[in-house]
Amino acid sequence: MKYVARSTQVAARMLGDEMVIMSAKDSTLFTLNPVAAVIWNAADGHTTLERIVDDKICEEFEVDRQRAMGDAEELVSQLAEHGILLVSEQPIENEPQGLSR
Amino acid sequence: MLEQRYAGFLSAATRPTRPGAAAPRSPFRLDVELLPEGAPGPDEDVRVRREGGRWVLTRGDFRAEWQPEQRRGWVRQTANPYAIDSVLRIVHTLLLAEAGGFLLHAASAIRNGKAFLFSGKSEAGKTTLARLAPAEVTLLSDEISYIRRATRGLDGRGRPSPQDQGGYIAYGTPFAGELAKAGENVSAPITALYFLEKAAQQRVEPLGTSEALFRLMQNILFFAEDEVLVRQVFEAAGEFVLNVPAYRLAFAPEAGVWELIR
Repeated sequence: MKYVARSTQVAARMLGDEMVIMSAKDSTLFTLNPVAAVIWNAADGHTTLERIVDDKICEEFEVDRQRAMGDAEELVSQLAEHGILLVSEQPIENEPQGLSR
Repeated sequence: MLEQRYAGFLSAATRPTRPGAAAPRSPFRLDVELLPEGAPGPDEDVRVRREGGRWVLTRGDFRAEWQPEQRRGWVRQTANPYAIDSVLRIVHTLLLAEAGGFLLHAASAIRNGKAFLFSGKSEAGKTTLARLAPAEVTLLSDEISYIRRATRGLDGRGRPSPQDQGGYIAYGTPFAGELAKAGENVSAPITALYFLEKAAQQRVEPLGTSEALFRLMQNILFFAEDEVLVRQVFEAAGEFVLNVPAYRLAFAPEAGVWELIR
């Protein structure tokens, strides 16, 4: 089980079809494609990554589950490396602020 | 010193109309106190931090405070023009951030009633482009551009005011770069933002909104160690790139480059 939560140290907004995220600590910018944006928006600290992939990704984008899970793991690991997504084996209690729009 | 440095940007309304009379209310006020000779020079990085409801600005040659609620502040500085210049830039970044605007590392100019921005760090060509401007171009700045959201309002006859394009307005600034010449104290709606690159041939290429946002964020003047302010600036920059077309302008230092600016 892997739980994911958006960091509170970021700002995020949609620009057309793309989600752009900025680290408020060092102003680094990231662009998320639509699939990554779905994971980002669903990362509430209480929903597991597996469930996000099953309920949101496979359903909305009609992709193979195994491949979707692999891509999601890779994305989460990249975003976690930059500190803009938190990952834990337990639910993450500190609810992120509603920064996305 | 201030009158000379900011000539063209001083308003009669900020001075008492007769000796002993109170000065009319200004949008904001900074009281300046000069430190005695021998105080440190500007050899420290500037620090801007929020302390309670006020901002504290420090550098070797000045210490200042700004209270956004009261729109008042004070500066204690050595008698050098760079200190007050820095404080004014910082205070304006704070004022603009509240209103969806920003100061940008950019030359800016008005041609045929339209404002154009030319952004880039030092050596990108801001001053070069300003020097090459044809006679009909009014220079707003060769270094720091002042950008504010257009205020929505009606003119005296109930029609949308000329500046109400739902967009952004560029204003002239006294903050000069290598040109060592203040811009004109005028404004116009912003038509386009160009990111400058020196090249052998002239070329203009449109930029997507994400690319424009990435480049814009690198060139917005930003001093404060404050996450709320970072988010305000990010939001402002995002809105800006959704409303103003952005381009990459590769240019050779020839007057012909201005034929691309329309």
